[in-house]
Amino acid sequence: MTDAPMIETMEIARPPRNQWLDVWDQFRSHRGALLGAAFFAFILAAVFLGPLIWQIDPTYIDIRARNQGPSLAHPFGTDQLGRDTLARMLAGGQVSLAVGLTAMGLSLVLGTLIGVLAGYFRRLDGALMRLTDLFLALPLLPLLLVIIMLFRDALRSAFGPEGGIFVLIVFVIGITSWMQTARIVRGDVLALKEQEFVLAARSIGTPSRRMITRHILPNVLSPIMVSATLGIANAIITESALSFLGLGFPSDFPTWGRLLFDSTDYLQQYPERVIWPGLAISLTVLSVNYMGDGLRDALDPRIRGR
Amino acid sequence: MFTYTIRRLLIAIPTLLVISLIIFLVVTLAPSDPTANLPLSIPSEVRAQMREALGLNEPILVRYLLWLRQFFLYEPLHMLDQAFGLSLAGEDMQRILSWQTRSPVADLIVQRLPQTLWVVGTSYVVGVLIALPIGIVSAYRQYSWFDQIGTFVSMVGFSVPTFFTGVLLIVIFSVHLGWFPSIYDTTLRVTDLSTFWLQIKQMIMPVAVLALYNAAQISRFMRASMLDNLNQDYVRTARAKGMTERVVVLLHVLRNSMIPVVTVIALGVPTVFGGAIITEQVFKVNGIGQLLIIAIQGGDVPTVQTLTFIFAVLIVLFNLIADVLYGLLDPRIRYD
Amino acid sequence: MTAKHALLGAAAALALAPAAFAERGSDGQVNIIYWQGPSTMNPYLSGGIKELEAASLSLEPLARYDPDGNMVPFLAESVPTLENGGVSEDLKSVTWKIKPGLLWSDGTPVTSADVRFTWQYCTADGGGCSQSEKYNDVADVETPDELTAIVRFSVPKPYPYGPFVGNQAPILQAAQFADCLGAKAPGCTDANFMPVGTGPFIVTDFRPNDVIALKANEHYRDPEKPAFATVNFKGGGDAMAAGRSVLETGEYDFAWNLQLAPEVLDQMAAAGKGEVEVAFGTLVERIMVNFTDPDPKWGERRATADHPHPFLTDKAVRKALSMAIDRDLLTEIGYGQAGRTTCNVLAAPEIYASEANEGCLVQDIEGAKALLDQAGWVPGPDGVRQKDGMRLSMLFQSSTNAVRQDFQALIKQWWSEIGVESELRNVDSSVFFGGDPGSPDTFQKFYADVEMYANSFDGTDPEAYMANWICEEAPRPETQWQGNNMPRYCNEAYDGLVAEMAKTGKMDERIALAKEMNDILMQDYVMLPLVHRGRVSARATSLGGFVMNAWDSELWNAADWYRVK
Repeated sequence: MTDAPMIETMEIARPPRNQWLDVWDQFRSHRGALLGAAFFAFILAAVFLGPLIWQIDPTYIDIRARNQGPSLAHPFGTDQLGRDTLARMLAGGQVSLAVGLTAMGLSLVLGTLIGVLAGYFRRLDGALMRLTDLFLALPLLPLLLVIIMLFRDALRSAFGPEGGIFVLIVFVIGITSWMQTARIVRGDVLALKEQEFVLAARSIGTPSRRMITRHILPNVLSPIMVSATLGIANAIITESALSFLGLGFPSDFPTWGRLLFDSTDYLQQYPERVIWPGLAISLTVLSVNYMGDGLRDALDPRIRGR
Repeated sequence: MFTYTIRRLLIAIPTLLVISLIIFLVVTLAPSDPTANLPLSIPSEVRAQMREALGLNEPILVRYLLWLRQFFLYEPLHMLDQAFGLSLAGEDMQRILSWQTRSPVADLIVQRLPQTLWVVGTSYVVGVLIALPIGIVSAYRQYSWFDQIGTFVSMVGFSVPTFFTGVLLIVIFSVHLGWFPSIYDTTLRVTDLSTFWLQIKQMIMPVAVLALYNAAQISRFMRASMLDNLNQDYVRTARAKGMTERVVVLLHVLRNSMIPVVTVIALGVPTVFGGAIITEQVFKVNGIGQLLIIAIQGGDVPTVQTLTFIFAVLIVLFNLIADVLYGLLDPRIRYD
Repeated sequence: MTAKHALLGAAAALALAPAAFAERGSDGQVNIIYWQGPSTMNPYLSGGIKELEAASLSLEPLARYDPDGNMVPFLAESVPTLENGGVSEDLKSVTWKIKPGLLWSDGTPVTSADVRFTWQYCTADGGGCSQSEKYNDVADVETPDELTAIVRFSVPKPYPYGPFVGNQAPILQAAQFADCLGAKAPGCTDANFMPVGTGPFIVTDFRPNDVIALKANEHYRDPEKPAFATVNFKGGGDAMAAGRSVLETGEYDFAWNLQLAPEVLDQMAAAGKGEVEVAFGTLVERIMVNFTDPDPKWGERRATADHPHPFLTDKAVRKALSMAIDRDLLTEIGYGQAGRTTCNVLAAPEIYASEANEGCLVQDIEGAKALLDQAGWVPGPDGVRQKDGMRLSMLFQSSTNAVRQDFQALIKQWWSEIGVESELRNVDSSVFFGGDPGSPDTFQKFYADVEMYANSFDGTDPEAYMANWICEEAPRPETQWQGNNMPRYCNEAYDGLVAEMAKTGKMDERIALAKEMNDILMQDYVMLPLVHRGRVSARATSLGGFVMNAWDSELWNAADWYRVK
């Protein structure tokens, strides 16, 4: 606050800077965030561009080459059917990242929306929170079986075998994982709503929509960021559980979660097989976490001002 | 706050009834079948007879009402009978029987509660107890080496699923070192020091796996929330007034940072009852989580319905407790 | 086979010798782990294999099958046959004599009334007895005296050993279950969990799906057995963990049903704490071919005989699919020593195994291609063969199971080499094998072109098993999608052979009929057998007297077990 006059004088000297440029400047100066972003970009590039360079078909079985350790022909080794692990990691990453990011996004949007509405509008609170209780209580597995039974064939004909399953999985993970975010956001909003700056904003007649986007949302950003990082890990693992139940992608379709699950049985024989998917998931989550940290700091006006 | 609590408790009754109906519909509609796990040599006519004997031919609504009556009337009467040696329950008051074991579901739950509370409960307490200090220190010394290591460990702890960490611990500590048993003995009675030691030994691995997972999550929320508050004006004011750092951080900042953490912890407590399906499976703890998963796989509707409903009651209850706690942590929050 | 088994038997007898000098209960506790925990001790209420096996420690039938598939008397004095006059000439009655002096574990005598009661128990209305098929066509069980039970059938039974034989149909104590008939059966929790039995052990504590504690039956007929005083029967976890607890950590003495990758099992066994035990029964892993069209466009009538399959009704296609498969490799990768390649869906007992189909053992990709070329199926622009605009593109479903998914991936590749495209799908086994007519994913509905699973039959007689593939058994909406003829195969000649077997009593004729039926199914490529699968279990080296048995409960001779010192 003490810096305010100085900023004013600077603004006279220069045309007003875009707020998002400030955010970007702050983000750039956050070493962890930059590293995280760079690494995340690397993973994305590897997974989506890698298969152009490493052209082995991830489902091709070379039975004579099974259970091999790392070599020039197979840098990550091969699995129990002789499929190339590197190719499978790359192909699996595409699915896992796509599912992880979109499902996390869906669950965050749902959770934040419901949390903010419930926390901000007292009239909606009761109904929305009872809805949250209901979703928390629903038994996941039978629910999945019912959803798959009802919607799989319809989605399959609408989006094709893989597209349909993708939509279904994202939808299923999204609608079964938003509740924690909603509860947390609501709790924070309840407390925020009574703080002086909100009361002040309201007293000058700020409309609700602007109140929420301008004052409430930026201040509940940090728990949302934490939920986002945890959400990605959760979505990647849940996807593997789904495909194990036969509710996900076809079994020869590799994903990181599935690779990890399948190789757990071979933990003693071929430990390296577990390490690749485990490391990939952990590093992805870690890099998203650091990006989230940086983004949070960058969006926090108190820190940005320093 | 008191009237609010009473009102919420009253609203909880219709809410839970609706929840129970929806759970029942979901569980019943799910296409799993109580005879699915039988050998294929049992012909389909026999399977049809078995299903009929389970009452599967009745309409869904009739089965739901029967369950409601059993759960809210017959079971409490039987429990009173057992506790006080009465005979309130009539001959025809059938208890809720599991389809798989043909024994009362309530007995199954009572049988499995001890190991679930021991293992999952302990791990939750341990998880919270290590998560809070880690979260506080990480936030207070943001980007210190402690914070960085804490971040790394908790992210790995959360991203690597328990089916893997559990097996890894077993391979290291049971197979190679032989320190701990790989199979949990649910019949062990703690009567003296040596049996207590055995109990500790068989609990260490599952508790460690679950505690790591829980602590990872809670410490992240604790850290984020502390960070939000450490830069607030009131902290500066408090420091300016000459309060010691300890008082500022542990009294003022911590109290104001607890709201999201209380939410997360309150959401986690019912899951303690629900058990940890994967961890129980990996270590053969055979608690409530394993009961639930077996019942789901076996299409055992009465067991799934009863367990899930008790779970729902706990969720509603603990979310209410969390709401009341918000009011205590921040007196400005009012609900009426 | 006989020579090898005779040797094994001799070895077992030698191994048993020291136990004969032991006294009951002198060897402490034996620890057994089943990774699926039994949910009840009453086999008539559950029917699951894990329950049958657990119950076999306490409950016994009149006769069991030994490891060679021969019947051996347990509660009966001898096995009644046509030759010894126990089975009547008209094949409509069997006379069983109970061993004199047998006692239940509560000290009361075993009588023919118990045998009669067991039949009444399983056939009572509303009981939902899982083994009621074993008592099919039983008109009455007469008890002329305390130790004689005469089973009367309403029709001639060429193979009359359904009732009271094998681990599926043990004798219950009439006194204990008298009030548990019909709809009252499930309410008798105590009786169902702690049955009074004649077997070597009786239950002291039963925790469903978790732990069973048993102790030696003090009224067991051999005063020196069992050698173990108590049994700790643990359930839960997975096959991997169960195998590890016997073979690697040595915490347990016996682990059941270890369907694990061969290399994983081999490495575990290399730790030297135990041995892997394998025995072959009748279980055959096979691919079923759908003769009807599962296309959703047919609505309610999809996958019924109304709409024949567009290309799988072409025998050349089915044969080519079979030729493209390398069964040796599948067996090696998926089952190791626990599997044998087979070209028969009726692969055991050995006397029934046909040798007319051995050609399938050799993979022949080129031959399959030539066959398809001849039949007019030519590769299209994308490499998938087609004829008249119909592409050879299939949905291949199976239940979720690591080995099955590996098989699916391998077979998909071989089929793609001959120009047949396939999409893989795996379904959770509780749904796949569940009979829910509302689910599209059951193996009976078969909304796919081919599907893979394993099937077997109880005992050693294949009559009921071979009757699975008659026209009438095809699942369809009228039968609520129940039925065992998954391929919806329909062949009058085959149906005729099934009817003939039902009235043939001579053993050699029955064998000839069964082989002929098997050959029809194989040579018509109705189903493609892949692997004859064995039962795999693990035994600690310190557990003596164990004899693996694939025809009955694996715990069938628990009375003879002892601790190797």
